[in-house]
Amino acid sequence: MLDWLGPEEWAAVRLSLRVAFWAVAASLPLGIFTAYALARWSFPGKQLLNGIVHLPLILPPVVTGYMLLLTFGVKGPVGSVLHDIGITFAFRWTGAALAAGVMAFPLMVRAIRLSIEAVDVKLEQAGATLGASPFWVFLTVTLPMTLPGIVAGAILAFAKAMGEFGATITFVSNIPGQTRTIPSAIYAFLQVPGGEGSAMKLVLVSVAVAMAALLMSEILARRVADRVGGK
Amino acid sequence: MLSVDLHHAFAGFTLDARFEAPPGLTVLFGASGSGKTTVINAVAGLLMPDRGRIAAGDWVLLDTERKLRLKPHQRRLGYIFQDARLFPHLTVKQNLNYGAWFAPKDAPREDMGQVVDLLGIGPLLDRRPGALSGGEKQRVAIGRALLSAPKLILADEPLSALDETRKAEILPYFERLRDEVAVPILYVSHSASEVARLATTVVVMEGGKVVRQGAAAEVLGDPDVLPMGAREAGAVLTVSVKRHHADGLTELDAGGAPLFLPHIAQAPGQKVRVRIAAHDVILSRSRPEGLSALNILSGVVHQMQPHEGAVIVAIDTQAGRVLARITGRSAQALDLAPGVAIHAIVKTVAVASSDIGAVAAQP
Repeated sequence: MLDWLGPEEWAAVRLSLRVAFWAVAASLPLGIFTAYALARWSFPGKQLLNGIVHLPLILPPVVTGYMLLLTFGVKGPVGSVLHDIGITFAFRWTGAALAAGVMAFPLMVRAIRLSIEAVDVKLEQAGATLGASPFWVFLTVTLPMTLPGIVAGAILAFAKAMGEFGATITFVSNIPGQTRTIPSAIYAFLQVPGGEGSAMKLVLVSVAVAMAALLMSEILARRVADRVGGK
Repeated sequence: MLSVDLHHAFAGFTLDARFEAPPGLTVLFGASGSGKTTVINAVAGLLMPDRGRIAAGDWVLLDTERKLRLKPHQRRLGYIFQDARLFPHLTVKQNLNYGAWFAPKDAPREDMGQVVDLLGIGPLLDRRPGALSGGEKQRVAIGRALLSAPKLILADEPLSALDETRKAEILPYFERLRDEVAVPILYVSHSASEVARLATTVVVMEGGKVVRQGAAAEVLGDPDVLPMGAREAGAVLTVSVKRHHADGLTELDAGGAPLFLPHIAQAPGQKVRVRIAAHDVILSRSRPEGLSALNILSGVVHQMQPHEGAVIVAIDTQAGRVLARITGRSAQALDLAPGVAIHAIVKTVAVASSDIGAVAAQP
C-alpha cells in the first residue's frame, strides 16, 4: 500500500498535511479572537477589519501571494525583522503554511463568528450575575457553546489550506520537499510528459482527505451539538 | 436592608424609583411597562442608570455620585431569571456549582445537599437542562442562585413562563426561601396572588415610579392602590388553621371568626395567608340567614373607592381588612358609607388554592 505512492508523491502528501495542520493550528486562536471581536464588540474600524479579514477571499490568490512576498520576504518590512531573529518564511514550508493560513482565515472566522452570534447573550449575562468575569464567562459559557462552529471552521480552513495553490506558488515557489504541496505537485506532474499517473494518484489522495475531513467535522459537530443540546 | 434610588431616562420613559426593602421577600408589583424589570436589572448591574445609589446594608453596589459602579460579576447576587437561563452544556450539578466557583472562599454559603433537598432536585443532578421540564428548570435555577453565596437574591417573574400546575409546584419553594434563608429577596411580579402569598413587603410601581410601599396586608387592602386594575383587587388575611373536618373542609380562625375553606395542607396551629378576591365577596346590611355560603365576616365600612364603573369597598372586620367589589347601583341600594356596619360573605369554594400560602411560625 505504501509503495502505491512514489517518494516524490509521498513528500507532497506529507508536506501538505504538515502545512495545513500548522496553518490551522497557528491561526485558530487569532481566528477565535477576531470572530469574537467582530461578533460582540463595536469599535472604530470594525468594518475595515472585517474587510481586511475577507480580502483573501476576494482578491486573486496570486495578488495575495505577491503581497505576502513583499511583506514577509527576506527584504520585506516584516520578513527582514523576523529573518534577523531566525524566522524565515520565503521559499520555506513555513511560508507555505503562512500563505495557506491567510487564504483560509476568512472561512474560519466566518464559521466561528456565526456560531458566536448564535450564543444567547442572556446566558452570558446569567454567568456574569453568578460572579464570572467577562474572561471566565467567555471560557465557561461562550467558548463551549461555540465549539461546533470552531470545529467546523477549523476543518473548513484545513481543507482550504490543503488545496491552496495560487498564493503559495507565488510566495514560496514550487520547491520539491520544501514547498511542493499536493496542488503544486499535481501542477508540476502535468507539466512533464508521463506525469498524468502521478497526478491522478494525488488527485485521489486529495479527494480522500477532503472526504475524511468533512466526515470528521460532521461527527465532531454532532457530538458537540448533542452535548450542548442537553442529551 | 436594601436601599434603591434610581433615575434613568429612556426614549419616552423615565424611571424615577426610590424604595427600601427590609429583610424578607420584597415584591416589586406593577403592570408590564411600569419599570419593575428595569429596576431589578439596575440592581443586578445589567443596566447602568444615569444616576442613583443601590446598597444592601453596607454593601454598596452603585453610587453614581461617588462614581462607583460595580460590574455585574462583582455584585454577589443570585439572579433567578424568568426563562431560567441554565447553561445547556453543563449538567444540573455543574450548573448548581457554577456560582460557587467564583464566590469568595470565605463567603457564607448554603449547603449543597440541603438546597438539593429543599428543591427536590436530587434525581436531576446528572442530567442536562435540555432534558428537564419547565418547572424542573426553574427549581434548578433557584438552586443555582442560592448556591452562589449571594448577598441578595433577585427574581424576575420566575413563574410567569410556567402553567398553573408548575406555578403551584414552585410557589412553596419561594415561601420556604423567604422563611428559611437569611438572604433578602427582591421579586418582580404582576400577579396579585403571588404578592399575597410571598410578599413581606410590597413596592407598587406605576409608570416608572414607586407609588406605594408597605406590608403586604396593608398595601393589598388599600383600595387606592390597584396596579393591576379593579378586577385583580383582593385583600390578604393572615389566619391560623383550627382543624380539618371530615367533610374535607378546613376551619380557620380569622381573628375569632370561623372561616371555612377547601382542605389545605397545613397542620392545625399553623398560620396561613389567604387572599380573598374582591369580586368573590358579597355584602349584606343584615346578618344573612338560610344562605349556602359558610363564611360571614362582620365589620364596618372603612372606605369606598369608585373604580372602573364599580365600587371597591374596604371593610374592617375582626379578621382584618377585606375588599369587596360591587356595582355602584348595589352600593346605593345598600346605602353604604364609611362607618356603616356590614356583613361580608365569602363563598368557601371561591378561594383558589393558589391564593393560600404558608407562613413560618415566627413572623
